[in-house]
Amino acid sequence: MKTNSRSTDRAIQSVFFMIALASIMILFMISVFLFMEGISILNHVSLWDFIFGEYWYPTSDPPDFGIYPLIIGSIATTIVSAVISIPLGVMTAVYLAEIATARFREIVKPIVELLAALPSVVIGFFGMVVIAPFLQDHFDIATGLNLFNASLMLGFMSIPTICSISEDAIYSVPNNLKEASLALGATHLETITRVILPASISGISTAVILGMSRAIGETMVVLMVAGGAAMVPESIFDPVRPLPASIAAEMAEAPFRGEHYAALFATGIVLFVFTFSFNIVADYISNKYRQVGDSTL
Amino acid sequence: MNNSSDVNDANQKATQEINNAENSNLQHVDKLEFSNNTFKKMLQSIIFTIFRCSAAVNGFALLIVVYFMTSNGLKAITWTFLTQPPTDSMTKGGILPCIVGTVCLSLGAILIAFPIGVASAIYLNEYATPGKMLRIIRLGINNLAGVPSVVFGLFGLAFFVVWMDMGVSILAGALTLAAMSLPVIIGSTEEALRAVPDTYREASLGLGATKWQTIFRVVLPAAMPGILTGGILGISRAAGETAPIMFTAAVFYTPYLPSSPFDEIMALPYHIYVLATAGTEIEATRHLQYGTAIVLIALVLGMNLAAIIYRAKLRRKMS
Repeated sequence: MKTNSRSTDRAIQSVFFMIALASIMILFMISVFLFMEGISILNHVSLWDFIFGEYWYPTSDPPDFGIYPLIIGSIATTIVSAVISIPLGVMTAVYLAEIATARFREIVKPIVELLAALPSVVIGFFGMVVIAPFLQDHFDIATGLNLFNASLMLGFMSIPTICSISEDAIYSVPNNLKEASLALGATHLETITRVILPASISGISTAVILGMSRAIGETMVVLMVAGGAAMVPESIFDPVRPLPASIAAEMAEAPFRGEHYAALFATGIVLFVFTFSFNIVADYISNKYRQVGDSTL
Repeated sequence: MNNSSDVNDANQKATQEINNAENSNLQHVDKLEFSNNTFKKMLQSIIFTIFRCSAAVNGFALLIVVYFMTSNGLKAITWTFLTQPPTDSMTKGGILPCIVGTVCLSLGAILIAFPIGVASAIYLNEYATPGKMLRIIRLGINNLAGVPSVVFGLFGLAFFVVWMDMGVSILAGALTLAAMSLPVIIGSTEEALRAVPDTYREASLGLGATKWQTIFRVVLPAAMPGILTGGILGISRAAGETAPIMFTAAVFYTPYLPSSPFDEIMALPYHIYVLATAGTEIEATRHLQYGTAIVLIALVLGMNLAAIIYRAKLRRKMS
């Protein structure tokens, strides 16, 4: 009886273990299928020309498959959005973890969560119908659908990611560090800038990287708001065509398993590599510089 | 005698002088510290105000988006809008097929992802011992959470639609969305499991229950409300996503409601995108776009708000 229940228990454990592997299996299948469908683009262009080719004219004859302007578009929107989201996200996190009273905390935290829950298509739509005309009217530019508008929307989409992860990091700084600093006569602000932020810097860096990863992979916003021109932008008000926008916009028209189809899957691989390496770096930082209390200072 | 009193006097004088000097010194330091302190206090209050403002910006952003959508779209919300299919090449009529489609997709996704996600979380939190395997599984989950939504779309197209020959269908879309919402469910289930005190487990094991009995009869029931909250968040995430269903489930227009999992369908987020960018009359259908956006926001934010309130209640009960 006893051995019997023990062996059932072991069987159950291995079933759960198999199920827990599902996430890795999916991740593995994603890369396999992206490569299976996308690798054939290398029969048409070299890897170098694909990544650094300056022209993306997939439907002209002969077609040009250079995703350099798309990569630059993605990087530009991500960087500009980070300029907005990092300060706002981290400052909100500091506010929530250090400054806010319990009552305000209970109000602000759900607001940030709801901001994260807004569907991306709604934010894209908002950027199209509200922000774009506003920019066009007030900044005297050709189109309101541009890099700046997309970055603004992306910024607000990545604030919740940055904020919630940073807040966890700040919150988990041991209380004795804070008390020691205050006891030495430091003000609350000095304690925050000299003790709490340095102690939680690894968590905050992880947050920032994951926030940027979210911004570079976000699709609907850049599809609707970025303007869609496959050019290397010269000003912040130029329209761009980031990687996800190109995939989403063209997949419907690309002939099944043609060159264009393969090129879009290959673009997906590039995007996947971007976010994958962002996540690996974030994971590395959070493990290597794990907060182990006082020793991190 | 005299001598000694002299010495005493001198001593006293010296002490006094030292005292005086110290006093004036102290006063000096006091003054310095005073001005320094007011400066520090001012700086602190200025910077704290900036922090407060940046927190307020989030609320402001949420408010603006919701305000613009409702103020422009509320007049589009009528009974016909909610219960009729689109007519006149999507320039009039309602969005019933989109609502049904989104409900089918997100419920389908959660039916698939919920058991897998909960089981994964049970393994991670109850069975797994720290080590290389656990690190790899966690890394996998974190990376899955970071995969861009459009890449999920490509994967769904290549794997479910083409390779498994499901065609553009509810099933393919729901499976794709399930893969995407898996990390959300695992994360919130783990949080719920962690919140169950270890004394529960110890008491059950101490009474002679096996590990599985303990998990199934003690830990899971205690964590269930938290796990369900995670399920709600998973549904709302799946309901709001567009890119994963663009190539796997959703179509521009179909007048029929789905009758089998292999039907293609319309969905709210995709409908907004189509009307706003590729509709026949983009300007003339603005109110329909706003109206659809309101329905989607109400659906998604409503579920989230319910989950948040419920969770807050739970936490209060637990602590």
